[in-house]
Amino acid sequence: MAFTFAAFCYMLALLLTAALIFFAIWHIIAFDELKTDYKNPIDQCNTLNPLVLPEYLIHAFFCVMFLCAAEWLTLGLNMPLLAYHIWRVQRGLRLRYMSRPVMSGPGLYDPTTIMNADILAYCQKEGWCKLAFYLLSFFYYLYGMIYVLVSS
Amino acid sequence: MAQPAGPPAGYPSHNGAGQQPYSNGPVANQLMHPSDGQGYSPSVPGSYSHQTPAKVPPHQSSGQYNYSGSQNVSQLNNYQGPGQTLNRPPVAPFSGSPVQQTGPVPQVLLPALQNSAAVSSAGSFPPGASPPVLSNWQYSQTPGSQPVGSQTSHLAHVTGTGSAQPPSSLSGNTNPPGNYQYAASPGGPPLQNSYMKPGSAPPPVTQPLTPLHPPSRPPLGPPPVGGPPLIRPSTLIAGPPNTQSLLNSAANREGDATSAASDGSVVQNSYDAIEGGGLMATPHPSPAPPNLKMNRSVGYSYPTLPPGYQNTSPPGAPGMQASALQYPDGSKHFHQPALGTNHLTAAMGGLSLQQEGLRPVNLLQERNILPTTLLKAPVPNLHEDIQKLNCNPELFRCTLTNIPQTQALLNKAKLPLGLLLHPFKDLSQLPVVTSSTIVRCRSCRTYINPFVSFLDQRRWKCNLCYRVNDVPEEFMYNPVTRVYGEPHKRPEVQNATIEFMAPSEYMLRPPQPPVYLFVFDVSHNAIETGYLNTVCQTLLDNLDLLPGNTRTKIGFITFDSTIHFYSLQEGLSQPQMLIVSDIEDVFIPMPENLLVNLNENKELIQDLLRTLPQMFTKSLETQSALGPALQAAFKLMSPTGGRISVFQTQLPSVGMGALKSREEPNQRATAKDIHLTPSTDFYKKLALDCSGQQVAVDLFLLSGQYSDLASLGCISRYSAGSVYYYQSYHHKHNPVQVEKLQKELKRYLTRKIGFEAVMRIRCTKGLSIHTFHGNFFVRSTDLLSLPNVNPDAGYAVQMSVEESLTDMQVVSFQSALLYTSSKGERRIRVHTMCLPVVTTLSDIYLGADVQAITGLLANMAVDRSVSATLSDARDALVNAVIDSLSAYRSSVLSIQQPGLMAPYSLRLFPLYVLALLKQKAFQTGTNTRLDERIFTMCQVKNQPLVYLMLMTHPSLYRVDNLTDEGALNINDRTIPQPPILQLSVEKLSRDGAYLMDAGSVMFLWIGKNCGQSFISQVLGVPNYGSVPQNMTHLPELETAESIRTIAFISWLREQRPFFPILYIVKDDSPLKSSFLQNMIEDRTESALSYYEFLLHIQQQVNK
Repeated sequence: MAFTFAAFCYMLALLLTAALIFFAIWHIIAFDELKTDYKNPIDQCNTLNPLVLPEYLIHAFFCVMFLCAAEWLTLGLNMPLLAYHIWRVQRGLRLRYMSRPVMSGPGLYDPTTIMNADILAYCQKEGWCKLAFYLLSFFYYLYGMIYVLVSS
Repeated sequence: MAQPAGPPAGYPSHNGAGQQPYSNGPVANQLMHPSDGQGYSPSVPGSYSHQTPAKVPPHQSSGQYNYSGSQNVSQLNNYQGPGQTLNRPPVAPFSGSPVQQTGPVPQVLLPALQNSAAVSSAGSFPPGASPPVLSNWQYSQTPGSQPVGSQTSHLAHVTGTGSAQPPSSLSGNTNPPGNYQYAASPGGPPLQNSYMKPGSAPPPVTQPLTPLHPPSRPPLGPPPVGGPPLIRPSTLIAGPPNTQSLLNSAANREGDATSAASDGSVVQNSYDAIEGGGLMATPHPSPAPPNLKMNRSVGYSYPTLPPGYQNTSPPGAPGMQASALQYPDGSKHFHQPALGTNHLTAAMGGLSLQQEGLRPVNLLQERNILPTTLLKAPVPNLHEDIQKLNCNPELFRCTLTNIPQTQALLNKAKLPLGLLLHPFKDLSQLPVVTSSTIVRCRSCRTYINPFVSFLDQRRWKCNLCYRVNDVPEEFMYNPVTRVYGEPHKRPEVQNATIEFMAPSEYMLRPPQPPVYLFVFDVSHNAIETGYLNTVCQTLLDNLDLLPGNTRTKIGFITFDSTIHFYSLQEGLSQPQMLIVSDIEDVFIPMPENLLVNLNENKELIQDLLRTLPQMFTKSLETQSALGPALQAAFKLMSPTGGRISVFQTQLPSVGMGALKSREEPNQRATAKDIHLTPSTDFYKKLALDCSGQQVAVDLFLLSGQYSDLASLGCISRYSAGSVYYYQSYHHKHNPVQVEKLQKELKRYLTRKIGFEAVMRIRCTKGLSIHTFHGNFFVRSTDLLSLPNVNPDAGYAVQMSVEESLTDMQVVSFQSALLYTSSKGERRIRVHTMCLPVVTTLSDIYLGADVQAITGLLANMAVDRSVSATLSDARDALVNAVIDSLSAYRSSVLSIQQPGLMAPYSLRLFPLYVLALLKQKAFQTGTNTRLDERIFTMCQVKNQPLVYLMLMTHPSLYRVDNLTDEGALNINDRTIPQPPILQLSVEKLSRDGAYLMDAGSVMFLWIGKNCGQSFISQVLGVPNYGSVPQNMTHLPELETAESIRTIAFISWLREQRPFFPILYIVKDDSPLKSSFLQNMIEDRTESALSYYEFLLHIQQQVNK
């Protein structure tokens, strides 16, 4: 039983995933508040937009860590979400810099379109899916960490 | 009554004062009113007489009954059919008889008394007009109250009213609006304002009530007759007043607010004016044409409202007495008609309609499908008593008047579900309610409306969330009839459109004063165009007409590469200019005196407006710092909120928000890569900031070159402002634009305005709002933030069916607009619409409203062009036609026939979509300027449906052979009604003259061989060659042809709040291409002809 780099990665991922779970919950609550009319979309977007990049960066960060630790299975499991994030960022950038410079600050949510039923529903669904993913991966990392610790 | 008043003179002022006494409440009123009631009674009789002219007053009542009687019959029939509820019939009879009886008697006695009494004044004088209406109402109501039994149904009153109009109304009145009486009179807005004041006072109250009936009448045909009778009764009471009232009414028709007000004052009092409005209907000498127009003009007649209720009481009072006498017990039971589709009607009376509606039309074979008169909105298939109460389709319209039960069914129909609203339209008749409690559902906050159901006297069931609510004690008293215990007769439950005076709970802060800030571009380029002269002059002329009160504030900012403020401090001999050259960090040079009270500083302001155009004539500064100027304006306005009007003539070039030209002229024709999206979010963010501070920005863009309206327009779009665009404005080179600016600016300055507004749209549980279209900021799923609201703005809403609407016969939609009027009152305008739910595809197609569908699709297409590409949007439009027609073909048509089959209701769908494709916003292949295209898109989003449809598919009339055949008669004017022609060059003949009405512009095309008589007698020139190139006015000649033509054109103009300019087009004039571009059915270089388009659709449908 030795404390390997892989074990460290899992421990780090465990902690960071816990943070991401909070992000996801916050995201869900925020959109629920929007839907039920408790919050002004401008304020809500102002609080949500700064969280988007940190979330993506955290996730990308431990993906890189897993890459370094050569944990291919774990990396593979994270690839879909990573790809999705890249797609969203790229789409956001394209909209911003190519045709639709909707926002000057970083972020994905535009207060003038966020109340559109389609976008709102999409964002809510996204929140739930991510929460489920992070929860599952949280336990997976826990398992992975113990497995690495025990097997090595 | 406290109201005093004796002298009529006092009334005008009332508004404010009068209200209070009334407003309180029913209870107080009850006590007080008895005496008043008597006074009012006279008026009541008047109304009666109105209805049945021939009969003596007592008989009159019977006359009315006749109506009711007939109705009853019909109702019975109805009931028999589908097993709808039954109770209705009884109600009608009750109402009719009792009321009338009471009516006549009281009248005679009371008149004298009332005159003396102040309260009565409202009722008594105007009596003629308003009373009649009221009387109707009362009748219906009283009957309701009288009927014995428990009031199970709230709708009972409905029946009562219905009785007056009954069957005839449905069949006779093609125009639903007419019934409602909300007719929009051109003068509407101003009038309203004037009315409003009175409205607050008791008099208005009476009016509102009355309105309902009068309008209905005209359609029936009796109206003309009714007029005289009304007069008589009133004359009996008091001769002079009547005549005056008549005069007033006439004046009112004019539509000029000022005139109306003045008339009122001249006559006896302000009330008169109001009432006069009511009378208007009666005076019409000519038989009432069953035309919308007519109704509109009549519209005035409807008194504005019943705020004080007290006014209404007059009629009520008599009714009360009668009822008391006859039905002392006071227990009443009304049955309301079952909500829901009127199966019987559909089966019987509606038979022809239904067949007609479902009859498949082979579009390829039937060439002449365009109706020769303006298309009317389809009437929802509801029980007629409910339909009678339904919202005017000009205000509130649904794309599908039969709502599909499930989303799956909606998807199958391939038609969009949505609402089109014109919530702040100028109304000549608007009931206003002042009461300390506004009755709303406790769970969903819906305002009580005509479509709720009363379980018993004490409880009502919300028609949106189905919660059972208590009826507040105060609501039990009906101020209109002064009867206790008939909540279902209250005006709130009798009118689908109503306005409440909001108590302080509806204010987040004290109502703001009207604040207007004007921001002028004074760079060299702007001065070159000379617009400042026009704008300042127009502003000077209309300074006194700006909506507002003693608190009105006004300010000015000008900018080039620096920003100039103007201190209008009291005591200065002339305005003082302050220049801020730090445009990177704009600040306000002095905290006060930049926005000043209009009334107290009028001379300084006028002085400034006179000197402003000359101040910059030598300026050589070409830069434009629009962004910083807007930031400065925002800072100046943010403490109060209000309206910023920006005049800009070029691309902003320095400071924040500077833009670069993105237009590439050689790519204009292609649908690819054109910049419909903003290039910066500066303007959007600023607009959101403005919206948060209740500031709206209206943009007037007058530029010759590309100015990136796509980016600039955001400032108005998200702050609920409006955009005006005058391409290539120049005071010398483009005189037509100058006139257009003058007219539109006048309308802009003087129209009604609501500040710090929000609009909420509620709908029955199961339906949900998908997307909003228009200029506003969406603050929550059903709430729009509108820093300013103006009567020329329309909105569209896409809906979806979230949960299946099983077990529901009807659904309702309610829009509530909370705003601060220019007088500093907080008001809520509520519109409620009720529609039936259906379960089959064929019913959905039957109820499709093709104009509303086209309007909603146009809005969706604008969104699509911005979020995707223009060609995507065009494809989506074509697909909408293909999908819906194929769905119809595969699911509804049992027999597959060759050709392109469309349901009758959608027969114009392909034509309208083709018109959209050829409209500036969506056309390809032509050299449309980017700004112009975007401006048209702004218009699509912001225009009410009526004008959007005219803009999309103009009306073409032949005017060189106008005759009086089928003409309308309004106010002694004969208005010819030429048929609408198809928009095809083949309909044009070289020896004719044609008028094309495209909403905001009109073209009069003169054929080369046009009859000499037309040229000389209408145009006033000797021959075709001497028709001037830029002619925009028709001379007023004393010839029959000229009078007819001018009457027709001015009639068309009167129907809209703005002033369409008339261009006279010859074969060689430059405008010919604009005229021909509107020939939608013809082929152009890049677009299909209508027939080709149909073939294309057919090919796709039959795949």
